Amino acid sequence: MKTQTGTSRRDFLKIAGTTAGGLVIGFNWFSCDSPKMEVLSIEQVLAQAKSFNSFLSISPTGDVVIYSPNPELGQNIKTSFPMVVAEELEADWEKVRVVQANLDSAKYERQLTGGSGAMPHSWERLRKAGATAKFLLVAAAVQTWKVPATEISVSKGMISHEGSGKKGHFGEFVAVATTLKAPEEVTLKDKKDFTIIGTPVKNVDAKDMYTGKPMYGLDFQREGMYYAMIQRAPFGMKLGSVDDSAARSVAGVTNVVTFGSSVAVVGTSTWPLMKAKKLLKVNYEPDGVVESTTDHDRLFTELMAKGKAEVKRKDGDVAAAFKSAAKIVTAEYQCPFLAHSPMEPENFFAHVQGDKVELVGPTQTPDRARQETAKLLGIPPENVSVAITRLGGGFGRRLRADYVVEAVEVSRAIQAPVKVTWSREDELTGGAYRPAVRYRFEAALDATGTLVGYKLRGVGMNAGNTTRESNFPSGAVDHVLIESIEYSSSITTNAWRAPITNFLAYAEQSFLDEVALAAGKDPVAFRLELLQRAKSNPVGEIGYDVDRMIGVVKTAAEKSNWGKNPSLKQGFSVYFSHKSYVAQVADIEVQGGVPTLKKITAVTDCGLVVNPTGANHQVRGGIVDGMGHAMYTNLTFEAGVPKQRNFDTYRLIRLKEVPEIETHFVDSGFDPTGLGEPALPPTGGAIANAIFAATGRRLRSQPFIEQKEFSDIQLQIKRA
Amino acid sequence: MSKFTLKINGATQSVDVEDDTPLLWVLRDHLNLVGTKFSCGIAQCGACTVHVNGTATFSCVTPISSVGNAEVTTIEGLSKEGDHPVQKAWEEVDVAQCGYCQSGQIMTAAAFLEQNPSPTLEEIDNAMNRNICRCGTYHKIREAVAVAAKSN
Repeated sequence: MKTQTGTSRRDFLKIAGTTAGGLVIGFNWFSCDSPKMEVLSIEQVLAQAKSFNSFLSISPTGDVVIYSPNPELGQNIKTSFPMVVAEELEADWEKVRVVQANLDSAKYERQLTGGSGAMPHSWERLRKAGATAKFLLVAAAVQTWKVPATEISVSKGMISHEGSGKKGHFGEFVAVATTLKAPEEVTLKDKKDFTIIGTPVKNVDAKDMYTGKPMYGLDFQREGMYYAMIQRAPFGMKLGSVDDSAARSVAGVTNVVTFGSSVAVVGTSTWPLMKAKKLLKVNYEPDGVVESTTDHDRLFTELMAKGKAEVKRKDGDVAAAFKSAAKIVTAEYQCPFLAHSPMEPENFFAHVQGDKVELVGPTQTPDRARQETAKLLGIPPENVSVAITRLGGGFGRRLRADYVVEAVEVSRAIQAPVKVTWSREDELTGGAYRPAVRYRFEAALDATGTLVGYKLRGVGMNAGNTTRESNFPSGAVDHVLIESIEYSSSITTNAWRAPITNFLAYAEQSFLDEVALAAGKDPVAFRLELLQRAKSNPVGEIGYDVDRMIGVVKTAAEKSNWGKNPSLKQGFSVYFSHKSYVAQVADIEVQGGVPTLKKITAVTDCGLVVNPTGANHQVRGGIVDGMGHAMYTNLTFEAGVPKQRNFDTYRLIRLKEVPEIETHFVDSGFDPTGLGEPALPPTGGAIANAIFAATGRRLRSQPFIEQKEFSDIQLQIKRA
Repeated sequence: MSKFTLKINGATQSVDVEDDTPLLWVLRDHLNLVGTKFSCGIAQCGACTVHVNGTATFSCVTPISSVGNAEVTTIEGLSKEGDHPVQKAWEEVDVAQCGYCQSGQIMTAAAFLEQNPSPTLEEIDNAMNRNICRCGTYHKIREAVAVAAKSN
């Protein structure tokens, strides 16, 4: 077996051969520069550029390099972060080059993509990074021109002194500016003066994506690199015996290695491995409980009735409230396991050399990849380097490092650089799913139709806390009991875009619709009544801003003409998650007994919108994601193995299945909050409520198309 | 192993692979044309779409032995400067989120518009329904195909 040593310039030649104009040859394949017509390559810029801080370098040519530390998986952070830095710097966006930073814990505090948390965390830091550099450039101009700072103006990468007519671009002041001491405090721009933030700046990787440049982890190749694919054990089972003789006989297979319960086939290209993997004869032995979906359904019922419940919230006296109630509404809702199914399957490159490891690939948590690798090998974390590629989606799956550590295992075993690739079947059967959950809701109404008691009990399969006890309607009801029951399943789970709320919001917003109808109230009026209560006299602690929630509810009612068009059957839903507020209305028109889903109107309060194009993308994408999984997608198990193993049976939403989506953003004056997740949770409820309004069928389980209540509803979807 | 001589993006390329190797893996692993993406491997998602004699084709299920003398075009060869009307429309409309499926989407759209230069929205929907976008950029895809059709 060959062993590749050292990282040489030629490591990148193989991949660089496919790039236009030789832009990235030999230096750093990850420095995908923004689409510019300048002659200078990113390497030429970087070679001259001087660093102002972790986010920013400027070259004497006036080219500005902005480092984007967080992994980009489609949330548009690689465009929106640099916009914030460039805004305060007063840079000319046309001169900005964006570079994906590799893992560098000394420079960056939160290099991860998850929880819609990047922008709230970094907003001020990014602004300061730009403002500090601007301050230093101005100070350099003061020194050079001998004029007062107050007489200097900065705009679009140019520094000017009106009195003397002196003018120069940033690059002319870089040498002096970088010798000056950075100030402790800087003045940030007034938001009304923003010229980049709030404008539809285009994706900085657009040209590379649309011309097929290598950018994703799966695109990574290195001379001398091996390929590997892995056969993993069913859930609840472990490796017994392996007969790999047939697999080894496939041309192009160089090795078969075993670690833990995994069997890796190794070779010189991908296709032979796909064939060889099917020829592995692997016997597994039980290792814990081997579960099927029928077991889960039984467990849900048993645990809901008598499981050990953890009390998450208790307000007032629930028992008394239900005892004296005029009306009680009860319903159960259930959701299945789901895979993340990013279009780019899991993959990672690893090269273990002695006590050092080089990692390259798509990860939402590069530091976790480093820490788990260091732990596995018993080496210091700083001996592990992580280069972050663009991610072909993530949805939470790449928060885990299991697929990274596997690559490290294989590289260690074969003593060579290797890229492990997952097939789609591996991705759907390989675990770390959105957990399956069942909820029971109970509501007590008094004689006036006021919600006086509210009970929620969630049972989750490795779900952790299945509730969000500080969320609405907590705070609006006198007597509340919220409980969660955990079942420790052998099936692995993980955060999935808008964890827990991706299903809880649907269940809760559907149930509140049921309660509003039982109370004889309009669903929007009913929610506003509850919110007024939470505002004027809140019960206990609440995690949401009541005014902001009222804001999106009222705006959504207005923008959707709620209740004003008799030919439309509408469904309402509102949810607060990841610090943002989103209300949605689904419109269904019924003609000749046929319901047609025509439109979803979404109103979002995510504070200041950094990039309207990106924000629209996240809201529409979240709605399509929420709708697709609520309507169509299911993952069921038979003896520890998912039955749906590829997109022929694991059904994802397609283009013809999306209705018109109209988006609105509320200008609430707050700093920007996250948007990668908050638009997804309300969607299932809005659609389910509209389906109820149109057909009288209440959909209490997902996916809708597999429910008997849905079986004779010929729901059409109109594409605007 | 057999030797295959292929016409890819206007150039002749030779590879020595097994007959059943899908065109996708020949492109990606042997010719370093990684713009064509792997996602499902069973002709369900369209991420691997290339043109074979101008027809949008799932390269993940196209054995190399079936390609013969056909002209294969990948995203890298769709235009020299990345300025094919569909690529330009994709930039103008700013379609992508994660971007992984977009080269396949662009190849599907380009082949479709070649055959139907002035499609209705309904025809666009039917043509593009074979490609999955997990990020849900469908509205933008539809819009970009319409923009490209107009600019043709």
